[in-house]
Amino acid sequence: MKLLSHIGSYFLLMRRTLTRPEKHGVLYRQIMREVEKVGINSFPIVVVISLFVGAVITIQTNFNIENPLLPKYLVGVTVRDSLLLEFSSTMVALILAGKVGSSIASELGMMRITEQIDALDVMGINAASFLILPKMVAAVFFFPILCLLSIIVGLFGGYLSCALANIMPPSDYIYGIQYAFYPYYISYALTKMVFYAVIITSVSAYLGFYVKGGAVEVGKASTKAVVQSSILILLANLILTRTILS
Amino acid sequence: MIEVKHLYKSYDGNYVLNDVSARFEQGKCNLIIGRSGSGKTVLLKSIAGLIEADQGEIWYDDQNFSHLDVASRQQIRKNMGVLFQGAALFDSLTVEENVLFPLDMLTELNRKEKLERANFCLERVQVTGSNKLYPAELSGGMKKRVAIARSIALNPKYLLCDEPNSGLDPETAIVIDNLIKELTEEFQMTTLVNSHDMNSVLEIGDNVVFIYQGCVCWEGTRKEVLQTDNEALNNFVFATNMAKRIKRS
Repeated sequence: MKLLSHIGSYFLLMRRTLTRPEKHGVLYRQIMREVEKVGINSFPIVVVISLFVGAVITIQTNFNIENPLLPKYLVGVTVRDSLLLEFSSTMVALILAGKVGSSIASELGMMRITEQIDALDVMGINAASFLILPKMVAAVFFFPILCLLSIIVGLFGGYLSCALANIMPPSDYIYGIQYAFYPYYISYALTKMVFYAVIITSVSAYLGFYVKGGAVEVGKASTKAVVQSSILILLANLILTRTILS
Repeated sequence: MIEVKHLYKSYDGNYVLNDVSARFEQGKCNLIIGRSGSGKTVLLKSIAGLIEADQGEIWYDDQNFSHLDVASRQQIRKNMGVLFQGAALFDSLTVEENVLFPLDMLTELNRKEKLERANFCLERVQVTGSNKLYPAELSGGMKKRVAIARSIALNPKYLLCDEPNSGLDPETAIVIDNLIKELTEEFQMTTLVNSHDMNSVLEIGDNVVFIYQGCVCWEGTRKEVLQTDNEALNNFVFATNMAKRIKRS
């Protein structure tokens, strides 16, 4: 019953969120602020993690397929497909659930307990739309950019490990990442990222928006936001993969 | 004028508001007083529409707020300024942006007019030279002043204040009280102030409503507060032994 009540409240909040904004100019400014908070500020973590993961996948793949019958360029193929199909969408989304999800839940939670959301309500402003919609829009547009960035940096990380650690000729790696390339995989990754953006922002916003109590409850909401977003991302990954790639 | 009629609100079967009726006149500081947990904040939030009462009616002049749809309620709310206990300033905005916020959201004024209005409100509450500061950089008294400036930015007809001087030293508290009183008279607002501070009651209470265990237990003026025979009110007003001795003498 409690789960059903939460699901109902979540959809009611989304209905309030996805209404026509009161002022388009204000919404635009809010979206720009959120692009910075949700998107641009996530650049460093995505770059660092993708770089190292790209390098490590290359080393591990090379280690595992050391067989004279298998051409070296297969390492490049494997790294590319790993990044495209799973890492740069799902794994990056899990990282963003930790960074962005907890930030959204704690921001809205603090606004709730310090009566800032009540202040919006008594001004006659739709607080849900004003606070949540810009975050969702910013994430839906910017998370796919982060996904693309992760793919590029991950592939570059693989190249660096070939060139610097001398594990295989970089030319084979370059050939491999171009070999049998399906551009559809990029659409698949970006589509998944759009769904993940909605999950992370809406679930975290729901948990933060209805916080009751004090700082401890804000902390709990923040933790819940990460856990629940992560579980839903994995569930969505399964459903989307089955739907899109079957 | 704001009027509440037979208001009830319960949580888990316990009545926090139990048949509360009161009338709050325009141009006066109407104080709702009572002990902590007596139901003052629930009453004020019910009047503001932040809490839905179980039963009863809330009237803003000739409009029954309880029976209005969301859109009509929002129209009334645009005439309502609310000062929250913790000021509720938006952390991410500067002082000036906080006061500009309702003007940006709810008016069609141009940028210059909005800035003029925001600066007028800030000057009116004696906050000058702090426009670019963030709430975290302000003292408690300053935050309350900025919150008052924001709540009067749209020239509201109704001003609701939830414990406006909680957490302030007595001198600053009186300054805030007097500011609320001056603004009420100047703009002829219907002002409701929740308080358990007796200094506020004696300083600005044109009409005082005493809430006791969720009911209106007593109503009168600030002068009558000191002369009443109501036992619950006397226990609240003359809470200290020294005050009790003064009352007896």
